Amino acid sequence: MKVLVPIKRVIDYNVKVRVKADGTGVETANVKMSMNPFDEIAVEEAVRLKEAGVATEVVVVSCGVAACQETLRTALAIGADRALLVETDAELQPLAVAKLLKAIVAKEGPQIALLGKQAIDDDANQTGQMLAALLGWPQATFASKVKIADGKAEVTREVDGGLETVATKLPVVITVDLRLNEPRYVTLPNIMKAKKKPLETLKPDALGVDVAPRLATLKVAEPPKRKGGVKVPDAAALVDKLRNEAKVI
Amino acid sequence: MADAVYTTPEHAQLRDTVARFLAEEVEPHGAAWEAQGFVPRAVIRALGRLGLLGITYPPEYGGAGADALTAVVFQEALARSTFGGFVITVLVHTDMASPHLAHAGSRPQLDRYLRRVIAGELVTAVAVTEPDAGSDVASIRTRARRDGDGWVLDGAKMFITNGVHGDLYFVAARTDAESRGARGISMFVVEKGTPGLRVGRALDKQGWRSSDTAELVFESCRIPAANLLGEENRGFYAIMRNFQTERIALAAMAVGHCQTALALTLDWVANRRAFGATLFDKQAIRQRLALLDAKVQAARAFLYHCAWLVTQERECVREVSALKALTGELANEVLYACQQFHGGMGYMRESAIERLVRDARVLAIGGGATEVMLEEVAKRLRT
Repeated sequence: MKVLVPIKRVIDYNVKVRVKADGTGVETANVKMSMNPFDEIAVEEAVRLKEAGVATEVVVVSCGVAACQETLRTALAIGADRALLVETDAELQPLAVAKLLKAIVAKEGPQIALLGKQAIDDDANQTGQMLAALLGWPQATFASKVKIADGKAEVTREVDGGLETVATKLPVVITVDLRLNEPRYVTLPNIMKAKKKPLETLKPDALGVDVAPRLATLKVAEPPKRKGGVKVPDAAALVDKLRNEAKVI
Repeated sequence: MADAVYTTPEHAQLRDTVARFLAEEVEPHGAAWEAQGFVPRAVIRALGRLGLLGITYPPEYGGAGADALTAVVFQEALARSTFGGFVITVLVHTDMASPHLAHAGSRPQLDRYLRRVIAGELVTAVAVTEPDAGSDVASIRTRARRDGDGWVLDGAKMFITNGVHGDLYFVAARTDAESRGARGISMFVVEKGTPGLRVGRALDKQGWRSSDTAELVFESCRIPAANLLGEENRGFYAIMRNFQTERIALAAMAVGHCQTALALTLDWVANRRAFGATLFDKQAIRQRLALLDAKVQAARAFLYHCAWLVTQERECVREVSALKALTGELANEVLYACQQFHGGMGYMRESAIERLVRDARVLAIGGGATEVMLEEVAKRLRT
């Protein structure tokens, strides 16, 4: 059984993100980029499925600029077998990525598509769900536990107020949450081995997908600077301020 | 900071792995190691499991088979730690002691030790320096004399990093009493627990406090003939060769510490306010930081250039000596300014910058003092 893990290259979580002066987006020049942390958890889970003998092959795919190869190499160093890059300089929105992934699924024939629940750059939380809809596959999102057996997936999900366990048939789209696992360290011997693993590059055109954005970004702005607070003497003064100054109650 | 022209995507991955190890396994625990005076063995073994203790060593013994540039990437990444004592514990093992085994070891010696050295199961130390002979290796007085089918060592060794808790010592001793100077010195492998070898005392240092440093005493210390490392009477040349590796590692350490110190200081001056503005708003401060950053970037480029020379197997004693002198002094210049800009907090034991100041001092002394390095450069200036 093959597992497909889509991964995204994002600004590293340690970087303080800055908005470009012209308000068209955020600054990415000379900024450290890394694999989206949720995707790293998805890669780890897929590799564990392989090590447990459940999966036979782990294929990672990324959509975006040529430099995504570096992110794919990290996934290969964690333990993925093979990588695909759908290379484009175009802006990619979740729907476009979901369409590209649908085409990759048709090409590769995986039984599981395992994704991060969202990317830490746009926090859209859409690609997995859209992919499931486009494929007509069941979806199990926000997984904190994944069990695959007898052609079925049993997935524990983190929902408001607790945990929910769902069972689905395969094939399935699963998106993973933070507490599913702790990704392993990438060891130096595995970094060296990853250099020799296959990495195939495709173009969106070859997959017959139109990636043109459907949404237009009007403006990107810094969040307002946090202002200093004030101390109130008692609850009554607080209520008064909330009612008459902030006008929130 | 932009990457050097010599670095590859794999180097970036290696840096990420090391950075994560520091954040999770080192920085939260380093203060306890400083207090106890050594790094726990489990930490060394964890580095071994990540394949980081045998970067340039053969894969058949568990090494990564990578080149000198990859080793520098590791050394520099490791030195982003704020605990110099931890860094030197590791780098003495990987780049100052174990190269004696890897370069000169016979097949049976490699089979016996190298795999466990790379796994971090055996921690190594190099014992060349003596109470009366440091950079002047040719004047060592420890003696090894043949006795039946073995050797007997007598003498004392000083300032031996990993000396208190090490498992395997690479010891320089005079084997030819007749010859003087560089000739007549040989290297030996001595295992911990060999009768006649004892730790005279654990030394108390200004910095590098999480690193154990020993005075070692050899008293009729008997070892098998098979423990001669490399050619008899040719040890001086092996030591000189390994000095190049050691000095590049120490330069990488200095450059890594400089980058960490500047990052800590930029963070501090961006937030610390005085006279109605942040310290970074003061031109006197930010321009000095800008110039120090320029110097560190230049030193870093030189560091990678030296490592590249090693990968090309070029003669580079002049360059490496210059690099060692430059970076040892630069680390002290940078740390002095960084501590200054931290104000009173920089003088407090609780601040990382205070520790790095103490840790930086030895970078101009150990592994070839600046003056010795500059002589090596000067000798080669007029050729």
